[in-house]
Amino acid sequence: MARITLDNLRHSYLPNPKSDEDYALQQIDLEWQDGGAYALLGPSGCGKSTLLNIISGLIEPTQGRILFGDVDVTNVPPAARNIAQVFQFPVIYDTMTVYDNLAFPLRNRGVGKAQVDARVREIAEMIDMTDMLNRRAANLTPDNKQKISMGRGLVRDDVNVIMFDEPLTVIDPHLKWKLRSKLRELHERINLTMIYVTHDQTEALTFADQVVVMDEGVVVQIGTPVELFERPTHTFVGHFIGSPGMNLLPCEVREGQAFFHDSHVPVEGGKTSAAGSRLEIGVRPEFVSFASEGLSVDVVKITDAGRHRIVETRAGDTAIKLFVDDGMSIPEGTAHLAFDQNRTRVYADGWLAEESR
Amino acid sequence: MAAKTENQRAWFFVIPVILLVAFNAIVPLMTVVNYSVQETFGNNQFFWSGVTWFEETLKSERFQAALGRQLLFTAIILAIEIPLGIAIALSMPRSGPWVSVCLVLMSLPLLIPWNVVGSMWNIFALPDIGLLGYTLNAMGFNYDYTQQPLAAWATLIAMDVWHWTSLVVLLSYAGLISIPDAYYQAAKIDGAGKWAVFRHIQLPKMKRVLTIAILLRFMDSFMIYTEPFVLTGGGPGNATTFLSIDLVKKALGEFDLGPAAAMSLIYFLITLLVSWLFYTVMMRNEGEES
Ligand SMILES: Nc1ncnc2c1ncn2[C@@H]1O[C@H](COP(=O)(O)OP(=O)(O)O)[C@@H](O)[C@H]1O
Ligand SMILES: [Mg+2]
Repeated sequence: MARITLDNLRHSYLPNPKSDEDYALQQIDLEWQDGGAYALLGPSGCGKSTLLNIISGLIEPTQGRILFGDVDVTNVPPAARNIAQVFQFPVIYDTMTVYDNLAFPLRNRGVGKAQVDARVREIAEMIDMTDMLNRRAANLTPDNKQKISMGRGLVRDDVNVIMFDEPLTVIDPHLKWKLRSKLRELHERINLTMIYVTHDQTEALTFADQVVVMDEGVVVQIGTPVELFERPTHTFVGHFIGSPGMNLLPCEVREGQAFFHDSHVPVEGGKTSAAGSRLEIGVRPEFVSFASEGLSVDVVKITDAGRHRIVETRAGDTAIKLFVDDGMSIPEGTAHLAFDQNRTRVYADGWLAEESR
Repeated sequence: MAAKTENQRAWFFVIPVILLVAFNAIVPLMTVVNYSVQETFGNNQFFWSGVTWFEETLKSERFQAALGRQLLFTAIILAIEIPLGIAIALSMPRSGPWVSVCLVLMSLPLLIPWNVVGSMWNIFALPDIGLLGYTLNAMGFNYDYTQQPLAAWATLIAMDVWHWTSLVVLLSYAGLISIPDAYYQAAKIDGAGKWAVFRHIQLPKMKRVLTIAILLRFMDSFMIYTEPFVLTGGGPGNATTFLSIDLVKKALGEFDLGPAAAMSLIYFLITLLVSWLFYTVMMRNEGEES
């Protein structure tokens, strides 16, 4: 087991990439700590699978290095890397029994019979499949098939990392939750590095200690679920995480102060160093409230979302959403908004101004 | 719920199909059955003869020899075409511009009619003027398929392999490209070698199409007629007189309708029985409940 370092990684599927657009991965520098539970979160097509396949060695990166501990494994084939990977659609060996499926990675590596048996039974126990060991794998339900795929990943005790590429896509919703908590529980038990790829924020936030958010081939933020929520360092994170996502208000900055529609908006730290061609104030709906004075807006729409209501207001062309708890009154027509200063920040060209990239 | 309305109108829609099947399959088959249990001395007079013709046919050395040749021929071409077809399908590219080139090349032999294939090879293999025959003789082989039984067999087998291996290739290839990439990727990560990938991924995924390929090739080669008829006419001697050639000789050449009909039915039943047995064995593990 080891720390995994991605150093100056770029990848293009084209033989002769020229512009940045040709790259599926723009530029990745990342460290995965030993034993961490990570989620890799991003919309479809942002390069998550590409990144996983580079770590597992199925794809050789156009540029950059992969280190396991201090060893450069960039040119090492997948079978020699000691990694395990579970794919979106369950992969099972149809002709074999569940037992043989689980034993397959061990037998291919010449592990002794007694040890194979012990490991297979242990893993079967973990994934609740002991009573199915002698069944033919081909005839199982999709979730049991996917459990076998996971089991084959877990069966080797020498792996550096086990990676899950959207493993619950084909699973029924009510089983998804069960399998995910199973994985979480397994992580606590065997303390192995796990990377869980998903485009679903709930899955990512419930599984991981650290979430790596990607967009268009770039890692935009790494942080705990709380950090991603409270302090998005990129407007993409603000928008992608949370429902609804962060409000973005086009603004001007004069002498370190932000102005929206000529009204002054106090921001975190009292002052901003933002400079760039596209400046925006970002604040989540959770941190906006009605006030007796301040920015004036028109109330446009109210949606009931259970414990609170989502109110959509408009200032000129800009929509601003806010949460109002049940029981609180909502003004009609024109109203005023206040922003929680400590959760209101300025973004320059998408990036949080106060954060060095 | 309201009572289910019952009417017989559905039959109305099924009748055309039943009539069609009746006229092109059942009626001819019944005529054959009819002939097979009767004796005639001409003048369109028939007498009941029971199973005599069946007994006679099964006991006749001529039938047994033809059946033996038939089984051997089919066994040989299956043993060559199936592995060869799989091997070619495995070596074809999975994507890229060469895919269509390969597919077109593979389809070409399949598009040529049986009798044309026979004539082509007839000329191609002629020992004095045919390209193949002439070349073989020039290289020092004594090859003449019109005289030597072995050469006649070799030529027929080569012709059938050339004509029909493509079918196995195309079916296997269809099975192969339906395997998602993830299977190969998982196999790599699980440390599986080439053989294990073939044995545990490719072969099982090809099983259904291979079953169809084997069935088609079995039935087709078991009933082979046109090619040997055009190429060798069943000779030299009786060396390539397979069942259907023998049958035609008997029915049309000697006009022995009773025995010929009995032989057709036996022939038909053997084909049906082998196909059924094979299919049942291949599919016995499919579709268990989950
Ligand atoms: N084998 C491939 N060949 C060419 N382009 C690919 C291939 N696989 C993925 N891509 C492209 O690379 C980008 C990233 O894809 P992927 O890593 O699969 O994204 P994700 O897993 O996040 O959905 C996408 O634009 C996709 O079209
Ligand atoms: Mg993907």
